[in-house]
Amino acid sequence: MASTVETEHHAPAPAEPVRDGIWRRPLKNTGLVGFLTTVDHKKIGIGYALGALFFLLLGGVEALIIRAQLMYPEQELISARTYNQLFTMHGTTMIFLAVMPLSAAFFNYIMPLQIGARDVAFPRMNALGLWCFLLGGVLLNLSWFFPGGAPAIGWFAYAPLTDRQYSPDMGTDFWIMGLQILGIASLVGAFNFITTIVNMRAPGLSMMRLPLFTWMTLITSFLIILAFPAITIALVELMFDRHFGTYFFNVEGGGKPILWQHLFWIFGHPEVYILILPAMGIISEILPVFSRKPLFGYPLIVFSGAVIGFLGFAVWSHHMFTTGLGVVATTAFAFLTMLIAIPTGVKIFNWIGTMWGGRIRFTTPMLFSVGFIWMFMMGGFTGIMHSSPPVDAQQQDTYFVVAHFHYVLIGGSIFALFAGMYYWFPKVTGRLMDDFVGKIVFYLMFVGFNLAFFPMHILGMTGMPRRTHTYKSEMGWDQSNFWSTIGAFILGVGILIFVIQIVYAYYKGRKSPKDPWDSRTLEWDTDSPPKEYNFAYTPVIHARDQVWEDKYGVEAKRMEKIAPGKHGIHMPDQSWWPLITSIGLFIACLGMVFHKQPIPLTAEAVFGLEIVIFGLVATFVGMVAWALEGPGGFHLHPDPAEYADATPAPEDGHGHH
Amino acid sequence: MSSHAANTDDPHAALEPLKKTSTGIENKKLAMWAFLASDCMFFGTLISTHLIYRKVYPTVVEPTEFFDIELTGFSSFILLMSSLLMALSVSAAHKGNIAGMRRFLLGTIFFGLIFLSGQVYEFNHFVKDAGLTLSSSVFGSTFYVLTGTHGVHVALGVLWLSCWTACSLPKDWAWYTLRGGRFLWLPIRVIFAPMVGRYKHENALDVEVAGLYWHFVDIVWIVIFTAVYLVEYLPILGF
Repeated sequence: MASTVETEHHAPAPAEPVRDGIWRRPLKNTGLVGFLTTVDHKKIGIGYALGALFFLLLGGVEALIIRAQLMYPEQELISARTYNQLFTMHGTTMIFLAVMPLSAAFFNYIMPLQIGARDVAFPRMNALGLWCFLLGGVLLNLSWFFPGGAPAIGWFAYAPLTDRQYSPDMGTDFWIMGLQILGIASLVGAFNFITTIVNMRAPGLSMMRLPLFTWMTLITSFLIILAFPAITIALVELMFDRHFGTYFFNVEGGGKPILWQHLFWIFGHPEVYILILPAMGIISEILPVFSRKPLFGYPLIVFSGAVIGFLGFAVWSHHMFTTGLGVVATTAFAFLTMLIAIPTGVKIFNWIGTMWGGRIRFTTPMLFSVGFIWMFMMGGFTGIMHSSPPVDAQQQDTYFVVAHFHYVLIGGSIFALFAGMYYWFPKVTGRLMDDFVGKIVFYLMFVGFNLAFFPMHILGMTGMPRRTHTYKSEMGWDQSNFWSTIGAFILGVGILIFVIQIVYAYYKGRKSPKDPWDSRTLEWDTDSPPKEYNFAYTPVIHARDQVWEDKYGVEAKRMEKIAPGKHGIHMPDQSWWPLITSIGLFIACLGMVFHKQPIPLTAEAVFGLEIVIFGLVATFVGMVAWALEGPGGFHLHPDPAEYADATPAPEDGHGHH
Repeated sequence: MSSHAANTDDPHAALEPLKKTSTGIENKKLAMWAFLASDCMFFGTLISTHLIYRKVYPTVVEPTEFFDIELTGFSSFILLMSSLLMALSVSAAHKGNIAGMRRFLLGTIFFGLIFLSGQVYEFNHFVKDAGLTLSSSVFGSTFYVLTGTHGVHVALGVLWLSCWTACSLPKDWAWYTLRGGRFLWLPIRVIFAPMVGRYKHENALDVEVAGLYWHFVDIVWIVIFTAVYLVEYLPILGF
């Protein structure tokens, strides 16, 4: 696909030496330079995963401090303000820095393999996404080290609390600008994935043959590009309110705080599906493998995923039932919310149908998947309860809601992402994770999770408000809170063992064959770990579960392979510019935080917009240099033994790109 | 994709390999369409914000008192005509007529700059004569942030097209831009000089993608011009 003058690293004499950049392009693909300049979707996927796991642990520690504070009534383990900062940062971290990037790690690593692509459509843009994610996480957490500390505004940052008058410190500005960079990361990733899935499928891989995970990647990417603009603009408006004296949400000047709620949830509700649809995709990959049956009702699962995504844009106000929207709006939003139960239920029945009559193997990924179905359903049931406005009025801002969304986010997303990590770890590293330890992790997490969050239903029903720093003993909440804290620590121990296990397995795990689970989709047809060029041949797809058909199917459905042409396989060159561009954005956002703010050492406002302008210029220079450099590219020649059974490429072919 | 195709004189042959995708649509074009879908939501959010506050506070500000509809109408017309020039640039690029493409691109940039000057003049006039600032009223907040965001889009478009204009200059221009042209101040020289002479036939796609963006920004202006300016005159016209 790449349109460029090519430098043949392997050819003895390049026709014409090309100097496109300011400096020579990095060629070393190992070590620190290799990582900082990589454009390989697999390395970028691993980068996302490592970053996300780090932030998962960070957000987990924040959660454990919260639970420790609530373990006994009237404790003063941490101050109320610290408590507010912790739940704000916990929510923001888990959603934007743990679950989303962990999903993105799978999008990056697995999706191109599932469609038989060499890489994503825009490899350098993919790198930009990774760096923006990491720097966004850094920016958000830098807030801890500045006067006033982290934001204390809740993860949905309702106006007017975020007004300069009520949240004067820089924490809120760090939150605004951190989310802005993270939004860029999600958006560039989504444009890339949409283009890749729509345009770079292997020959014969029609849309209705796509693996379910790839389908959910596509739908999630569409949700991202249509939902993120709402919060981007809301954040811009909030930034203008705080820095340039506008009145978007400022009551004093006539602004309406309710507007923030609308804009936030127009983004926020699709965001819920951005978090859960990739999880559903992972589950839909794992269940057929370990039930040894094709996915039951494939088209229905695809379409119900699309319907969930579509309806996700029409239900945002169910987060705002108690604000008094009026009878018609409330009724309409309640009705649409209830409607979402249908496609979700269809999916659950299809998953059960997949397992029904199958020869089930209860491996670790399968346990997490079955756990997902059950726990996600529990969260779904409480979700249906909230869809009724009078019931919601009782539950709004109580621990019942906290229980609900942790059931869908931990029991749902996190369980599925753990299932995915256990399932694809052998593909990514070429090593196996021990199944027995995996099962211990699962049961610890399962028991700990339920012990932590089930009592919260009861706490909420009996009126314990969410986001409360402490509570009186007379309220009768002692027992539930105590056991909830115990459960949270058990969950934490489970995750800790998982981290130890994954590090251990990376170095000491048994070697994995290329298809350890007897799987069904294309990524299992290449090496574990896959070579830089993914596939030595161009796969020609004839069936939905291609790898399964190759092993057990009829002759007519076997995959064909086309050998690379005489030029070999085209690879994109590495580049410094995605990193430099993202650092430019980081500087600009940091400058916006410091704009007219007293910063340490001086205790006075010293910066106008100088840093912002410098950062934007750096970004612009990075982009121009990026464009001038071009995608570059060289050719690799895989060992002919790898495509021994492939048919030769047609005369004009260059192999697949 | 292939070096021999890139060196050919036939622009169609140079573009053909880029279409070898699952859908036959070039990757860059598809990504741009996805971006424009996203950008619709950006402007949709800003326009809704403006209209909602207009409905909440119908009488706090009477914009027709200071709007200069003749001037804004004129600059809107200029922006629409720039779209015509943009279309002609893309057409010339696809025919391999690089000099023609450059002339039309310069025209597009010139019209874009007229529009931006109109906006600068207008903002200046509103601030100085009508006292409308970001913090004078909610109308000021929503008006400036909405039209300002659009202005930034036009400015980025001008910058983008300028880059392609610089690229399309013949190679010997690099000497002028680096040494000869004293009238070109340093940053412009540093940024644009490395681009000179880089345009190849396959870049017609890039110009087309930039054109998609440019047309989109114009279409958004039609919506903004209608929703922010024209509807304010409906009561005056008796609706």
